[in-house]
Amino acid sequence: MATNNFLYYLTFRPEAMAAFFGMTQPQTLIDKLWAAHEIVRRQDGESLLWVDRHYVHEGSFHAFSRLTERGAMVAEPNLTFAVADHYVPTRAPRTNIGNPEIARMVRQVEENTARHHIKLFGLDDPRQGIVHVVGPEQGLTLPGLLIVCGDSHTSTHGALGAYAFGIGASEVAHVLMTQTIWQRKPKRMRITIDGRATPGVAAKDIVLAIIAKIGADGATGYAIEFAGIAIRALSIEGRLTLCNMSIEAGARCGTIAPDATTFDYVKGRPFAPKGPAFDQAVEAWSRLNSDNGADFDHEVRLDASEIMPIVTWGTSPQHALPIEASVPDPARELDPARANDLRDALSYMGLRPGTKLTNIAIDRVFIGSCTNARIEDLRAAAAVLVGRVSKVPGLVSPGSSAVKRQAEQEGLDRVFRDAGLEWGESGCSMCVGINGDIVAPGERCASTTNRNFSGRQGPGARTHLMSPAMVAAAAVTGHLADVRPLLVGRKL
Amino acid sequence: MDKFLRLTAAACPLDVTNLNTDQLLPARYLKWPRAAGLGKVLLQDLRFDPDGRARAEFPLNRPFWREARIIVGGRNFGCGSSREAAVYALYDYGIRCVIAPSFGDIFSGNAVQNGLLTAIAADEVVAEIIATLGERPELPLTVDLEQQTILCGDRSYNFTIDPVSRLRLLNGWDDMALTESFRDRILAFKLDDQSRRPWARPGTTG
Repeated sequence: MATNNFLYYLTFRPEAMAAFFGMTQPQTLIDKLWAAHEIVRRQDGESLLWVDRHYVHEGSFHAFSRLTERGAMVAEPNLTFAVADHYVPTRAPRTNIGNPEIARMVRQVEENTARHHIKLFGLDDPRQGIVHVVGPEQGLTLPGLLIVCGDSHTSTHGALGAYAFGIGASEVAHVLMTQTIWQRKPKRMRITIDGRATPGVAAKDIVLAIIAKIGADGATGYAIEFAGIAIRALSIEGRLTLCNMSIEAGARCGTIAPDATTFDYVKGRPFAPKGPAFDQAVEAWSRLNSDNGADFDHEVRLDASEIMPIVTWGTSPQHALPIEASVPDPARELDPARANDLRDALSYMGLRPGTKLTNIAIDRVFIGSCTNARIEDLRAAAAVLVGRVSKVPGLVSPGSSAVKRQAEQEGLDRVFRDAGLEWGESGCSMCVGINGDIVAPGERCASTTNRNFSGRQGPGARTHLMSPAMVAAAAVTGHLADVRPLLVGRKL
Repeated sequence: MDKFLRLTAAACPLDVTNLNTDQLLPARYLKWPRAAGLGKVLLQDLRFDPDGRARAEFPLNRPFWREARIIVGGRNFGCGSSREAAVYALYDYGIRCVIAPSFGDIFSGNAVQNGLLTAIAADEVVAEIIATLGERPELPLTVDLEQQTILCGDRSYNFTIDPVSRLRLLNGWDDMALTESFRDRILAFKLDDQSRRPWARPGTTG
């Protein structure tokens, strides 16, 4: 058996064969993560990959129905974790949910996980929160893991050096039944951010700058590694924001080589390795980086010092511009398809070409979502809001129940309330609006979320994406605004 | 899953860049089980006004395209949310093939799992087909997956698709059967991996 295993190892894993015969080629982080999970590679190029963590939520009900139809069981219930996040009320009572359809969605995930012996962080659990906040927070997300979830923002977890991507319901069912997934290896893109971000410029601005540069399909077919000193300088919260929005550039996933910042973050988290096991893990994790001379299929470079606070004006995350700019004019666009796209976006957003972004008045703000509702995000917004009043109504929904408790300990909830904003509960909330918290038709919302798609925050809702500090700036001025003057003399 | 070999059908142009899955199936319908009829609410907010009246100018509402089984779309078709129900909505409406210059990654993965062909054609090919359909809306297209060709009037164009996706669609293959055949390898990997990466399993004290 041992010999068979060894032969199999050499035959089906070319990287292993190369290493055995001393032919090691420099590898990228993406190559290393991929190789560590590859069970078999077929001649046609598809690989069967081992899944270390599988996260499920209320929306995974299609997949559980598939299991029921087949009479199948969950292969590795201990590697699957569930949360209630997409449908949970964030401003209404959470026990005795009023809307029967929403109550059914939450009940379904409780029943499905109980039946299959999957741990659920449900509504009554202090660990409840948005899946992409809870995973890292609980130490379930670790460097070197392969993580999937039936949610496109699963790319978030790459921030810790994991290989993490969103999948559809059929694939969720497959992972539940086999703990594996078929994938074709994506091309590798490195996005290097040199320089140092200036005060008032956050991870959200960096990622919007990237998407504006490469486009909403600029990374389709690629896995991204984010590198460079500006990335190294980011906290884990910032890295999570960055990797979260990799999908908005079309990437399969985004990842960052784990470093001391990562290990410090992971250490002591509930599900993370402890004691000698942790030290052993750090030793392995320290090798998770791109070798010198490793080959990428595509390279992109930006300088953080040139990035300004950014907002989106249109209906795609690529419709992003520095706050000092004006709404573009389709008449000046030479490409007819692009001109059409701009016209449609302007029409939906109710904007005229040439309008200065800072002249766009807003009706409400939302601070929340898997992109920007971690403690650091709430602190950044609160730093702008303290001692000021919001000119528009708004909701703050912390990314997890743990973030909520932490924020309350720090008194951030009082800052938001004193500014006139509503302090809510944790969930996906007004980012996707399926829990009933929506932006009214025609209303304009400054939002820390990830998608400004038409109808995303509710039918007819108009979304402008930006960082938490920029949302706070919009709140206190009543229009899209540069946060930097509002930070003068404030402790950040 | 139904096989896809060759299809001759009416084709509806949807010349929209970044047509995302939120548009294909608005989030408020994600609670619906598939049996509720997701095809009815495909592209709901583009096909219908807020009062539920059909928007006459929307391509899929035009008489000659209402029964279309092919959509000819713009760049990055199906980007955004991973919701597989967006594919169910297309399929249950009757769509069997989408032709576009590029597709959202998760969307094309979901499509192949459900027998929906995502045919990648060059920007200029898509533009030509859309222009032709504008002049001759009733002209059916023939999409041949074996040959990877699109016949549009007297013109024939090539399209590309991931070769594995092509085989899956041609044969109506199901992933599960395939994975089952590798059961021993999965088990061997798992055992080997537990000693190789002991830290990869979640702690039990959480």
